[in-house]
Amino acid sequence: MQPDISVQHLSKFYGDGFQALKDINLEIKRGEIFALLGPNGAGKTTLISIICGITNLSEGVVKAAGHDIVRQYRKARQSIGLVPQELNTDSFETVWSAVSFSRGLFGKAPKPEHIEKVLKDLSLWDKRNNRIMSLSGGMKRRVMIAKALSHEPQILFLDEPTAGVDVELRRDMWEMVRKLRENGVTIILTTHYIEEAEEMADRIGVIREGQIILVEEKDRLMSKLGKKELRLQLQSKLDKMPGELTLEPIELSEDGYELIYTFDSQQEQAGVARLLRTLGDLGIDYRDLQTRESSLEEIFVGLVHE
Amino acid sequence: MNFYGVRAIYNFEMARMKRTLMQSVLSPVISTCLYFVVFGSAIGSRMGDIDNISYGAYIIPGLVMLSLLMQSISNASFGIYMPKFSGTIYEVLSAPVSYVEVVLGYVGAAATKSVILGLIILATARLFVDYEVLHPFWMVAFLVLTSVTFSLFGFIIGIWADGFEKLQIVPMMIVTPLVFLGGTFYSIDMLPSIWQTISLFNPVVYLISGFRWAFYGVSDVHIGISVGMTLVFLTACMLAVWYIFKTGYRLRS
Repeated sequence: MQPDISVQHLSKFYGDGFQALKDINLEIKRGEIFALLGPNGAGKTTLISIICGITNLSEGVVKAAGHDIVRQYRKARQSIGLVPQELNTDSFETVWSAVSFSRGLFGKAPKPEHIEKVLKDLSLWDKRNNRIMSLSGGMKRRVMIAKALSHEPQILFLDEPTAGVDVELRRDMWEMVRKLRENGVTIILTTHYIEEAEEMADRIGVIREGQIILVEEKDRLMSKLGKKELRLQLQSKLDKMPGELTLEPIELSEDGYELIYTFDSQQEQAGVARLLRTLGDLGIDYRDLQTRESSLEEIFVGLVHE
Repeated sequence: MNFYGVRAIYNFEMARMKRTLMQSVLSPVISTCLYFVVFGSAIGSRMGDIDNISYGAYIIPGLVMLSLLMQSISNASFGIYMPKFSGTIYEVLSAPVSYVEVVLGYVGAAATKSVILGLIILATARLFVDYEVLHPFWMVAFLVLTSVTFSLFGFIIGIWADGFEKLQIVPMMIVTPLVFLGGTFYSIDMLPSIWQTISLFNPVVYLISGFRWAFYGVSDVHIGISVGMTLVFLTACMLAVWYIFKTGYRLRS
């Protein structure tokens, strides 16, 4: 199946010579949730703006739903819904007219039942006759999502969708994104909240200084780059690390009651067994043990600071 | 052709006019009434006829043009400046609309408002002075042509402006003097010959002269030249808009 978004050798130069994107290559499959992670100024929003037609590209070819975004911009753009990062709304319009406006703008015939469904899904139905200026920040965010969904796009871009929204709305939004995915919508989101990507994404791309440095299935990324940690709570205090253990990647806690063993989850699990055998041989008893996988956040911090 | 897209922009802009009815219709009507009271009735009664037309009737075409120009520019410039200012322009830029369609929507709505306003002012003028329209077709043609041309001009200003001050500066500093010196209140024949020559560089002279010809059959310059100059200005504005969208000037980086 052809990818829903295909980016080939995309570069973006600004007038002052600054290169915001460097030879980006990226394919996003139909129906997946793709999370684009990266520090501030890495080029996430520039990349999205180019695909959506807000910013011109300098070099390369970008296709959305199989259509070239420059030569077949009408078809390409019609397939895309965008929820930008900033809360930009028309203050004086009502929710209903703002969302209907978006549908028309994207070239679709009026379909009130669809607008109604979108507003109900986003808990905006009661507010449909309210002016947008009277809504709270979270509600405005919902309006922007409703506008992006008004023309039934195949691809949805969410640029920092949960920046500054409360926990409840964030949960609602995750729920909505999952529902959209079930209906076959491709979703690309950028986020600062790693937990968001960890919770939702199928695949993760990391962008740094205008370059995609990694694209990977989330689960594989976690297991490939994730460190595992084994903590052993000891029965009695150890004053110093036994000589037999000094070769292992193992640490003794300051109070002497805990041994912390770090290992790559990719590695064969023999290390743990060997360690436990060695401890048995040395007569070191432990009353409890825990293992912990590193979170995406730790992986991410490790990647961008390499 | 994205018909629904054009209609969405057009309706959005017309709805904005309804919301600001006081500002966009009532205030030009009131100021025109004041001109009629001051220049038409008070001062006009002491003035002789110009080209056998009573002074009150003589100034009608110029006063309509004054409002038409100001309102076309302010409506169209505000219409495109506001989304730029509030950031909602992202939606238009990411929508499957061509630049011709964007212009049709914004400029079409601004021009429609101006034509409606011009007709309202003409109806209001009727309360003060009796007048006839000798060439109704040309009267409407000038009304529409001027509205479209200056709405395009306003659209350009709205894209160029990066602050509210710039939005006001062109109508206030350039258009108002040109209209007042363009023969709204007098025939340029009444000026010393050097000023007559200078006046011919004022594009508004051709608009007012042509519009007045449509009413009374008298004009400062030949009607053909008036139509020609209006079309030249229209073409210049279209070229500027084409350039703006081609280069993405102040819209797309």
